[in-house]
Amino acid sequence: MLLSFLATTAIAVVVLRDLFAVVMLFGIYSLLTASIFLVLDAVDVAFTEAAVGAGISTVLMLATLALTARTEKKPRQWSPLPLVVVMITGATLIYGTLDMPRYGDPSAAIHQHVAPRYINESPHETGIPNIVTSVLASYRGYDTLGEVAVIFTAGVGVMVLLGAGTRSRKKKGEKS
Amino acid sequence: MKHHLVLRVVAKLLIPLILLFALYVQFHGDYGPGGGFQAGVIFGAGFILYALVFGVDTATAVARPPVVRVCVALGLLLFSGVGVVSLLLGGRYLDYSVLADDPVRGQHLGILLIELGVGITVAAVMVTIFFAFAGRERA
Repeated sequence: MLLSFLATTAIAVVVLRDLFAVVMLFGIYSLLTASIFLVLDAVDVAFTEAAVGAGISTVLMLATLALTARTEKKPRQWSPLPLVVVMITGATLIYGTLDMPRYGDPSAAIHQHVAPRYINESPHETGIPNIVTSVLASYRGYDTLGEVAVIFTAGVGVMVLLGAGTRSRKKKGEKS
Repeated sequence: MKHHLVLRVVAKLLIPLILLFALYVQFHGDYGPGGGFQAGVIFGAGFILYALVFGVDTATAVARPPVVRVCVALGLLLFSGVGVVSLLLGGRYLDYSVLADDPVRGQHLGILLIELGVGITVAAVMVTIFFAFAGRERA
């Protein structure tokens, strides 16, 4: 049900030429994805998806729209190449899911490796009831440090490219 | 933005709650869903709402861009600093068990600190990116 909503939203995003509506649809798309994560019991991910996807990225895309045009340009000519590439990629991805274990299968490889140790030992070793937090922050601390470094780099990149809003204030000062 | 009375009143009511909820998610991440990433994003979103309703100039007066920029680096430094401290105390990098007398309490302290670092960096980066976009004039 949710997936069919997702597919409908995605098709509408492709078809529509009014970018304002497309941004709104992206927000709905993120909210639907968050609902799917919630149904799959991944509350932490749903949280992030709702706040980033439906909240902040919508605002950023609206800010970008305010700087650029509101309607999409008509494509110059229809070419079959993108469609073929998408079809091949999609077929490969579906082929890749064929030998994946069934959803929730306890004998799947991912439930046999380190997961039992985390589930059994985390309460004694870290004393933290939320295993997601203990894995994220303690057992996988290096990964999280890397993720924070990625976010830091993204922030620095935007500052370098756009000037962190300081340039425009100088411009305003010159005008007045 | 002077005439949007309803928007301003509702935002004034909501923003403190959003920021409070962000802090709850930040410090309750050990017990319930949430943590630094989510809290940082919610805090950033609350602040961006403030900037949208009351204007970017008001928002930059509250959180001045140089301060926010320092916070971007501060969070990452706090995170990696916890790792260095655990190294100095004789443990491995990011091994929080040595941070306190009791390994479990050390883990608690370490996780609290690094989640705080994550939250600071994420919130500051979100606000910085928003300021960068909003501060640009139409090309």
